[in-house]
Amino acid sequence: MDLINIFIKSIFIDNMVFAFFLGMCSYLAVSKKVKTSLGLGIAVVFVLTITVPLNYLLNKYLLEPGALKWLSPSLADVDLSFLSFIMFIAVIASMVQLVEMVVERFAPALYASLGIFLPLIAVNCAILGGSLFMQQKAFTNVWQSLSFGLGSGIGWLMAIVFLAAIRERISYSNVPAPLRGLGIAFIITGLMAIGFLAFMGIQI
Amino acid sequence: MAKKKSKEILFDPLFENNPITVQVLGICSALAVTVKLMPAIVMALSVMAVVAFSNVIISLMRRYIPMRVRIIVQLVVIATLVILVDMLLKAFAYDVSKQLSVFVGLIITNCIVMGRLEAFAMDNKPWASFLDGIGNGAGYGLILIIVAFLRELFGNGTLFGHKVIPQWLYDHGYMDNGMMLMPAMALITVGIIIWVQRSLMPQLTEKE
Repeated sequence: MDLINIFIKSIFIDNMVFAFFLGMCSYLAVSKKVKTSLGLGIAVVFVLTITVPLNYLLNKYLLEPGALKWLSPSLADVDLSFLSFIMFIAVIASMVQLVEMVVERFAPALYASLGIFLPLIAVNCAILGGSLFMQQKAFTNVWQSLSFGLGSGIGWLMAIVFLAAIRERISYSNVPAPLRGLGIAFIITGLMAIGFLAFMGIQI
Repeated sequence: MAKKKSKEILFDPLFENNPITVQVLGICSALAVTVKLMPAIVMALSVMAVVAFSNVIISLMRRYIPMRVRIIVQLVVIATLVILVDMLLKAFAYDVSKQLSVFVGLIITNCIVMGRLEAFAMDNKPWASFLDGIGNGAGYGLILIIVAFLRELFGNGTLFGHKVIPQWLYDHGYMDNGMMLMPAMALITVGIIIWVQRSLMPQLTEKE
């Protein structure tokens, strides 16, 4: 039950876009067509689901204060947590590279549709944000972090596909000239965020 | 672009080429820290420092970085600077650093930093890059401070934590607008800022 709760919560309540504004840059830049935004969204889900549990293990067995106890008792009070930013970003960048190579080798069709987005993802704040929130939430086992990563990814995917669908429609309407493009995208996102407030307090 | 004057490099990003409203960079961390004025200012200063110094470092190394691995090199430089900023904040401004939580770390993936490194520092001299970093940091900070000012004033009736809305207004039925503290209103506020800016500068309007 706990896992499902984390999953639902990270999709609807702690949504990456609407509650924490993470990944806004690519969210706004790529959300002009539903098809491309779906591609980017799937790539984000993919990378988040891999990197969050990986960084969880890294954090638990290497970085946390006292995490090195399993090596030898004399290392029990070593605190490497100041290295966490650089370790997380290195894991993310190399995972993205690895995923790109694996996908290119084994699923060329998927690569053709995701290819251009994968390098973009290394600097998507939602990915690093996922790992940093994971560190802050202090999950007790790796499955919780997996469920959190997957849920956050799906939440992000949902947000970008919704925005793209609305933007496709809005190109037919007469928006005031200075508000066109970026301005209206912000306001739509704001209204969607208000809508998502309705999910606040869901418990399963 | 090559022969811009220092003054232009410094002041362009404030309005005409503002990183948030025009270049659409670095929005990720911009909005979450704007509930109150104080964290917004600290965040703006941190970003400014990181952009300026990473610009200088990358600009000094620009001839020696192989093109293929430049992203990793840039990320390492940025991450190191961000760790320094994070430790300084924890040492000297612990409360604010607690409020900013993960968003200090997220400066690493803030697209302003990467964007300016790629667009400017990779082919300009260190001094110009430094000015570019300061200018873009300031442009980013300007928007942050405007949004935080509006949200704290209307959401809480305070500025820097001091009451500024006089008591007699409350006595006559004025109420703080709790909605302004919600994440949603940050987005709408930025949308409105963009609207105002583009009405004043019609050349920025998007054609489509």
